[in-house]
Amino acid sequence: MPLLWLILIVLGIAAAGYLLGRGRALASVGGDRRALHSLPSYYGANVALKAVVPAVLLLLVWLLAQPFYVNSVVSGLIPDSEIAEGSSRGLVLAEVRRTADGLDAAVAAGQMDEGFAGNAGADAAEVTQKLKDAGQIVTSQITAPILRAAQEYRVQNAAGRLWMAIAVIAVAVLGALWGLRETSAEFRARNVVETGIRALLIGAASIAILTTIGIVLSLVFNTVEFFRLYPASDFFTGLNWAPSFSGRGGASDLGVLPLLWGTFYISIVALAVAVPIGLFSAIYLSEYATPRVRAVAKPMLEILAGIPTIVYGLFALLTVGPLLMTVFGKEGLGWMQAGTAVMTAGLVMGIMLIPFVSSLSDDIINAVPQALRDGAYGLGATKSETIRQVVLPAALPGIVGAILLAASRAIGETMIVVLGAGAAARLSLNPFEAMTTVTAKIVSQLTGDADFASPEALVAFALGMTLFVITLGLNIFALYIVRKYREQYE
Amino acid sequence: MFDTPNREASVSQTDIKINARDVQVFYGDNHAIKDVSVDIEDKTVTAFIGPSGCGKSTFLRCLNRMNDTIDICRVEGTILLDGEDIYDKSVDPVQLRAKVGMVFQKPNPFPKSIYDNIAYGPRIHGLARNKAELDEIVEKSLRRGALWDEVKDRLHAPGTGLSGGQQQRLCIARAIATEPEVLLMDEPCSALDPIATAQVEELIDELKQNFSVVIVTHSMQQAARVSQKTAFFHLGNLVEYGETGQIFTKPNDPRTESYITGRIG
Repeated sequence: MPLLWLILIVLGIAAAGYLLGRGRALASVGGDRRALHSLPSYYGANVALKAVVPAVLLLLVWLLAQPFYVNSVVSGLIPDSEIAEGSSRGLVLAEVRRTADGLDAAVAAGQMDEGFAGNAGADAAEVTQKLKDAGQIVTSQITAPILRAAQEYRVQNAAGRLWMAIAVIAVAVLGALWGLRETSAEFRARNVVETGIRALLIGAASIAILTTIGIVLSLVFNTVEFFRLYPASDFFTGLNWAPSFSGRGGASDLGVLPLLWGTFYISIVALAVAVPIGLFSAIYLSEYATPRVRAVAKPMLEILAGIPTIVYGLFALLTVGPLLMTVFGKEGLGWMQAGTAVMTAGLVMGIMLIPFVSSLSDDIINAVPQALRDGAYGLGATKSETIRQVVLPAALPGIVGAILLAASRAIGETMIVVLGAGAAARLSLNPFEAMTTVTAKIVSQLTGDADFASPEALVAFALGMTLFVITLGLNIFALYIVRKYREQYE
Repeated sequence: MFDTPNREASVSQTDIKINARDVQVFYGDNHAIKDVSVDIEDKTVTAFIGPSGCGKSTFLRCLNRMNDTIDICRVEGTILLDGEDIYDKSVDPVQLRAKVGMVFQKPNPFPKSIYDNIAYGPRIHGLARNKAELDEIVEKSLRRGALWDEVKDRLHAPGTGLSGGQQQRLCIARAIATEPEVLLMDEPCSALDPIATAQVEELIDELKQNFSVVIVTHSMQQAARVSQKTAFFHLGNLVEYGETGQIFTKPNDPRTESYITGRIG
């Protein structure tokens, strides 16, 4: 039974439970809802919750546990002789799964009947041929033990699925009955629903947190693996970035400093563009603009935030780069060799960040109480004096937060760098030279046919970890600033 | 319960500081102030009383053109300060507000130190030639604001760290630091407890030696305690204006009597 159907059935039971629970609650007091502890819909919701929650939890656990169980059963069917030299049981199991999937697909497509696919005595060569005819990917000749294992795998899976459906539906029905039994005038259904809602919210929050922890852990493990292959001191202090390609061996220089320098240089140029323009436009929009101008200008500015960064990258490559070349290139001042440079990427990234800075600052400036402005106007301050000396200091913590948020974005930006700044990792002070950033190098180390166990690929995790620590530090610093000054300026 | 106002002061000082004639205020289509004419005397405390929404605060804000900061607000009629029309094109509202200071309902100290709060006005108007003079202005203003003894040891602590009553006195000291000629107070005690209120009222009484003070208040007792002249507003009209003692004891208009005896409002 497909999963979707199972879920729909559980939901159907819940919906029926809702109606029954509601009706039972009303019936228990002879239709006089004032005699009930809670509104009738709460009794219905209680029954529905008791039907859905245990059933769905069981479904999740079953879906996670079943593969482990089936794998262990199937694994026992594979004799050690089947495991080739240099291979492993895991690889053979993958082969078994592929074969089983092939059989499934062939049966579903009608090119093989169920009896043949499940026939324990079937000839392995014939099955291979049939699978190939059906267009299923089979790596090599399927051997008899593998075919047996694949068939067992299918049987176990089908049985597991069936039992899962039965168990889940049974749990849903039992839950609904339990909810219905509870339903009486005194039962505090409202409080139960309240608890259920709280649990739902806690669940959502913990999924977010657990995912974060999972991502960080995967970064940490791979980083540790990398440092086992490549000395950490060389990584953090190396001035040269020169990975050897395709894991062909040979010495790679994997120094992070040129990449970090490129990241910071480009981010600084971007912030130098975005902070003044964003802040000034926020001040204009919140303090000077008439409501009509604001109604038009603010969404227009926010459209900038909706442009995909790859489009900014094209803009950098095709428009800003050549434009800078005409001024600073060979025909102009002669500082620039090619259109891809720190300046190109920085300028375009700055434009990308303007709406972040302006939109957040605008909200923060608007949140400064009107009383403070009145106070300054009442003392005979002009508009710009009021803004400079009263409004901005009051809004400062929020503005610093907005700027640091923009900085995090700038540091993590990839596409604009790939297209606008070039790919050369270099330590230079000239903003018209091509440089590259940590993120762009993570992309280039992981794309292509690199072996995932080589230091050249694993370095991507170390780079990611470095970047993560830096942005985390920035965010913590932003929070610290905001907290510290909020106490003072309230 | 109504103190007899200090008649000596009001008799000896009959200069008209502010002369308002036929003032109309519109918020969009809403006619908020209708034909208000009032003469505010120098070195006198004038109280505006009336039920909520009667326009007393709106009228107060006309006197230093604070309503200019509200886009939809429109003012008609003439308001003369020392015989000069404050709504004339040649008048700079920013300069006007330096002369006609304002204290608001809620204490609104700037997010700066106590010292910088007081020094704000003198700094932007260039009233001090050097640091020493500025220090002197700050001390004098805080003394006049009856706050000096409480804050002299922590002038560089944030103004927002003071108590509510102290904050309001800080705002008053800040307003008088620019040496205004008129001080407008929009319900300055409504956010304060009785003790802080008493301190602020005492302060208002002292301020009238130097300034013309106009105070909007919801408390009739307060109006009776601190003011020499009282104006009663109702539904955007100025119903009655006269000596405080007379308004509270022998009002001419039945509406005034109803309000001060608590039947309307």
